[in-house]
Amino acid sequence: MSGILPYPLLSLALLVLWLLLNQSISAGHVILGSVLAVLASWAMAALRPEKPRIRRPGAALRLTGMVVVDILRSNLAVGRIIVRSREPGVNAGFMTIPLDMRSRQGLAVLSIIITSTPGTIWMNYDAAKGTLLLHVLDLVDETVWIRTIKGRYERLLMEIFE
Amino acid sequence: MSALGFLGWAIVAAQVMLGLAMCCATFRLATGPRAQDRILGLDTLYVTAMLMLVTFGIRTGSTLYFEAALVIGLLGFVSTVALAKFLMRGEVIE
Amino acid sequence: MTALGDLPAWAAFLVAFCVLLGAAVTLIGSIGLLRLSNFYARVHAPTLGATLGMVSILLGSAFYFTMLEGRPVVHEILIAVFVTLTTPVTLMLLARAALYRDRTEGSTEVPASEVVEDLIPPGQERPKERMP
Repeated sequence: MSGILPYPLLSLALLVLWLLLNQSISAGHVILGSVLAVLASWAMAALRPEKPRIRRPGAALRLTGMVVVDILRSNLAVGRIIVRSREPGVNAGFMTIPLDMRSRQGLAVLSIIITSTPGTIWMNYDAAKGTLLLHVLDLVDETVWIRTIKGRYERLLMEIFE
Repeated sequence: MSALGFLGWAIVAAQVMLGLAMCCATFRLATGPRAQDRILGLDTLYVTAMLMLVTFGIRTGSTLYFEAALVIGLLGFVSTVALAKFLMRGEVIE
Repeated sequence: MTALGDLPAWAAFLVAFCVLLGAAVTLIGSIGLLRLSNFYARVHAPTLGATLGMVSILLGSAFYFTMLEGRPVVHEILIAVFVTLTTPVTLMLLARAALYRDRTEGSTEVPASEVVEDLIPPGQERPKERMP
């Protein structure tokens, strides 16, 4: 695997991207896209990034489903705050959460999950102390947010990446 | 009213809503108060304009608008990142 | 001006519902941009349009073209993937830039420097003057 195809998933994703952009699955496009995808994965290998390991695809699927449901729910919650609240944003505030996860890929995925969920945004991660600074729009009870992030996301991400 | 008539009406209504959303973003872009608020307004404007182009694509039945929407989305990302970087350090490329 | 093709009634209603829902969610997000009181609260507003609003409108579009052309047209997935990956990055960068600026001005509304230590790398000079 390491010789011709150093990053099989990346190459596959690039091939799919090429076919979607051209909106065709003719043989010519498949060949051209495959060549480009393999060349791009060689270029990626020249950069020598830390290689991610996805250990439990089942857990990844479960995490995806959970994130989709949470995004829908927090869309409703934030929408309600904006429309209904007399003075929206009074409960907003910063909070810190201690994290046990050290894997860089896991932290990157966690940051994207937290930020793309409406109502929470990732501000800063302190690698020395392992603490995460968040800004939350509806900060009534900090323990709820700590439970959500540590119990729901961090546990699954640690299963997947560590 | 026929179903297609309803669809046409719905798309016009959606475009009006997206237009109002763009007005809100433009207001934030114009009034600030600080530079980061303006950049946030610009980012919202990009995303909303992209969605507006997708609705134009449905309305005209042409997939050409899709490519324009993709380009706007990517340009919006690059420009917002460059502006945020500029705010943080005062220069775009270090 | 409108060139809507032949669609079954249920498909037309489904597309209309998706597009209207997405536009309404995006509008609510932009209203939040106006109504919320300070910058850090405002950062949350555009994520509405960039998640549910975007997905809903793109679903409507993909479904419409799939029904219209009689073959799967799913290239809207590309926009969805790009926006899902890029919007969090821009918002995080912007929020960090704002935090950095507020901290260098000594604002009391943001957490102090012992909480966020590595925003200013060692050896880097702090800008002295306040910028608009």
